[in-house]
Amino acid sequence: MNISPDEIILFQIGSIAITANIFFTWMVMLFLVLVSALITRKISISSKISMWQNFLETLISYIQEQIRDITDQKSDPYLPFIGSLFIFVSVSNFLSFVPGYHPPTGSLYTTSALAICVFFAVPVYGIQKLGLSEYLRNYIKPSVIMLPFNIISEISRTLALSVRLFGNVMSGTMIIGILLSVAPFFLPAVMNILELLIGQIQAYIIAVLSTVYIASGTRSKKITQEES
Amino acid sequence: MESVSQIGFISIITSGLTIAIGSIGPALGEAKALAQALNSIAQQPDESNTITRTLFVGLAMIESTAIYCFVVAIILIFANPFWNHVTS
Repeated sequence: MNISPDEIILFQIGSIAITANIFFTWMVMLFLVLVSALITRKISISSKISMWQNFLETLISYIQEQIRDITDQKSDPYLPFIGSLFIFVSVSNFLSFVPGYHPPTGSLYTTSALAICVFFAVPVYGIQKLGLSEYLRNYIKPSVIMLPFNIISEISRTLALSVRLFGNVMSGTMIIGILLSVAPFFLPAVMNILELLIGQIQAYIIAVLSTVYIASGTRSKKITQEES
Repeated sequence: MESVSQIGFISIITSGLTIAIGSIGPALGEAKALAQALNSIAQQPDESNTITRTLFVGLAMIESTAIYCFVVAIILIFANPFWNHVTS
């Protein structure tokens, strides 16, 4: 039994083996780009909008509202990063009902890549918002003794973010695989539905957690006093 | 006992113990968090949005310990490094 889509080699281009992980990541990206391009091609600002434009607007405004709620700041700078993180994970988990599809989030490589993006996004947003010295001062709060613990927490939460998503998605595909050999008629379908739900919850959780991390990096005493 | 069967024996028992013991704590913790959150929603229905969001994030945090145990168990069964070392 394969525990990750990295071990499944679909075809070779020259000496590079295209694994199921890479292939389905490309497919999800292609799907997202095509759908967004098709929908936004005939976008309108009148009161009469198409069904799909309505769908996208609902999605985006919901993400914006969540970001505003969590960070207590304007959502505009965070929307591209958090939104694409959420939509990518959500779609790649959601498509798992398609036969022959292996969710790319079920591979530790993909989830580590996403977690590393979050790891670097925190200082980037923090420095943009606070400036370098103020951001670095966050590490020695409340006192200098906490410096190593802050650094450890930074690394361990990145690890936790990647392993959590990987573990949930991988366990889902694995449970369905085991059930198919034990009770192949009804139970796998039920578990599949549960997996769709868990996949959406995990997409929500990774988005919310990365928003929380970014928000904690961009928050400082000076700014909260100025705004309040 | 030769080393191949010894490694198989020990890793299967260990992976079972890992997932069994490792799921006790998170299960109790999640149950407690959920019960408390339901209590809070019953008392303050207006705040249910914030409570639900915090609950989900907290549950994800608690659950990650169980997920670590699961990943270790899966590695012991399907991707055991010692097993590959002995059989090769």
